[in-house]
Amino acid sequence: MDLALLTRRSEYEWEIPRQGAMRVPAVIFASEPLIRDMDKKVYEQVTNVAMLPGIVEASYAMPDAHWGYGFPIGGVAAFDADEGGVISAGGVGFDISCGVRCLHTGLTRSHITAVEGRLADTLFARIPVGVGSTGLIRLSAEDMDAMLTGGARWAVERGWGLPRDLERIEESGQMLHAKPGAVSTRAKTRQRDELGTLGSGNHYLEIQEVTQLFDEQAAQCFGLRVGDIVVMIHCGSRGLGHQIGTEFLKQMAIDAPRYGISLPDRELACAPIASELGQQYLGAMRAAINCALANRQLLTHLVREVFAELLPQAALEVLYDVSHNTCKLEEHRIGGRTRTLYVHRKGATRAFGPGHPSLPDALRAVGQPVLIGGSMGTGSYVLAGNRQGESPAFSSACHGAGRAMSRHQAHKTWNGRQVVEELAARGIVVRSPSMRGIAEEAPGAYKDVSAVVDAAEAAGLARKVARLAPLVCVKG
Amino acid sequence: MSRWEHFPHGADVGVRGIGATKAEAFEQAALALIAVMADVATIEAREARPVECEAPDDELLLVEWLNAIVYLVAADKMLFSRFSVEIDGPRLEAQAWGERLDPPRHRPAVEIKGATYTMLRVAREGDSWIAQTVVDV
Repeated sequence: MDLALLTRRSEYEWEIPRQGAMRVPAVIFASEPLIRDMDKKVYEQVTNVAMLPGIVEASYAMPDAHWGYGFPIGGVAAFDADEGGVISAGGVGFDISCGVRCLHTGLTRSHITAVEGRLADTLFARIPVGVGSTGLIRLSAEDMDAMLTGGARWAVERGWGLPRDLERIEESGQMLHAKPGAVSTRAKTRQRDELGTLGSGNHYLEIQEVTQLFDEQAAQCFGLRVGDIVVMIHCGSRGLGHQIGTEFLKQMAIDAPRYGISLPDRELACAPIASELGQQYLGAMRAAINCALANRQLLTHLVREVFAELLPQAALEVLYDVSHNTCKLEEHRIGGRTRTLYVHRKGATRAFGPGHPSLPDALRAVGQPVLIGGSMGTGSYVLAGNRQGESPAFSSACHGAGRAMSRHQAHKTWNGRQVVEELAARGIVVRSPSMRGIAEEAPGAYKDVSAVVDAAEAAGLARKVARLAPLVCVKG
Repeated sequence: MSRWEHFPHGADVGVRGIGATKAEAFEQAALALIAVMADVATIEAREARPVECEAPDDELLLVEWLNAIVYLVAADKMLFSRFSVEIDGPRLEAQAWGERLDPPRHRPAVEIKGATYTMLRVAREGDSWIAQTVVDV
């Protein structure tokens, strides 16, 4: 990106001043090297989002921002329903409530060394992964609606988890005000046998080791010590969310003129929050959030079964579960008053700070765990939210490393088998049904996750707590 | 002269169909879509599925068409290797020939979440038509 297009507000904050049809300025959080490498499309997209009706404060992009659909991936924007604010299907994305769940195992590196290979093979055999895989349960129409209303709570009530898991999940495991009736038959058909599947693409399940702590107090609160083994699960709402995204994107694109919304890009398709279409999408999207929460709960159950067999001394406890493709109704202090806003985070993670009322007692003093997935060869991070009022972008942070190269280019550049062998030589065991999928997800196709996280911390978006390194990766 | 190709997008893949007619370009774009998931040469045209869709303009129709194929792949667990498309104004009618997904043989790389409106274009260029968009994987 050309730095001449931007006004530097501070070392890690770059503004695109309000101009033309922009209603608010756009702000990108990044270090100078990250912003130089950032796709010019991020500039266009973050500027376009600033033109949407009812947008509040600014259109934001996180340090891992890259070219998305309408919104940049790594985009954050909040809208006020009382000021004609909109809700955008593109601003949430196709994989509604895609997110990360982190599980403690209660084990350290020495416990798993001897069984690492078997652990990888057993997880790969038991976790439905890759194209066309199906889950262990097939949902009836009644079960489907109950799942879409109840989320992870529904799964726990069915015996797939522990009641205490729920307090470590956003929304206590259940997104309220979901409308299963707003979800089409096609979306439900697509999901019929996909619950409890990992998916493909950038989704994964990893066994990771805590290798470094940055904030001892927060790490202690999160129960993380150097050498600890955790499980990290990255996946979303599967076919149901994809179909809801597809259908509402189209309807919003067709109906936008009827609502008097002129779109700088058709992909920004949106509807007034107060409109019937806006409310239908909101209800369907919330149902998809429940689907993602239930999905990660079922996967947690499968992981627990595998550990119970191979490492019975393990006790898998949820550290946290946070989504990075959502639109949520939240209260924020803006210009000295509290406003209720619809906050879109597309490839961005909520990062509530210490004292936030939605956090469970055990986490309230430290703040919300912010789970950042890197690429399979590098590492992941656990961050914590900063105190509200001190945290910009409506308490949001980055979500991952962000791609540096297209799948097309990665597929041409790397050979999947070679990537697996190179990682194996570095002690990382990879299992995947697709070698081409591995090539497309090669570590080199991603930005440096450490540079992204360092920029997020320096910009005040969140603070670093721990770094994790992968040992086993089951890749979709 | 009909053919398909992929083009790069930041995080995902662009699919482009080129043909003598708009319908042929749509057929080729669907092949490009399937090729994101698996090698088309491994897919046998054993059974047909009818597809019908409708949209207010050519570009939205392309997205509808590709998303109809994405749906069939996901809901019926099928892959396709041959398409026959007829377009009449806002309406599209087609047959898609393929077979049930067989992972060991088809070795699918990735599933497609949906066709997007990014770099979406349906247009005549000289003697041929092109139909393209980016798909989210």
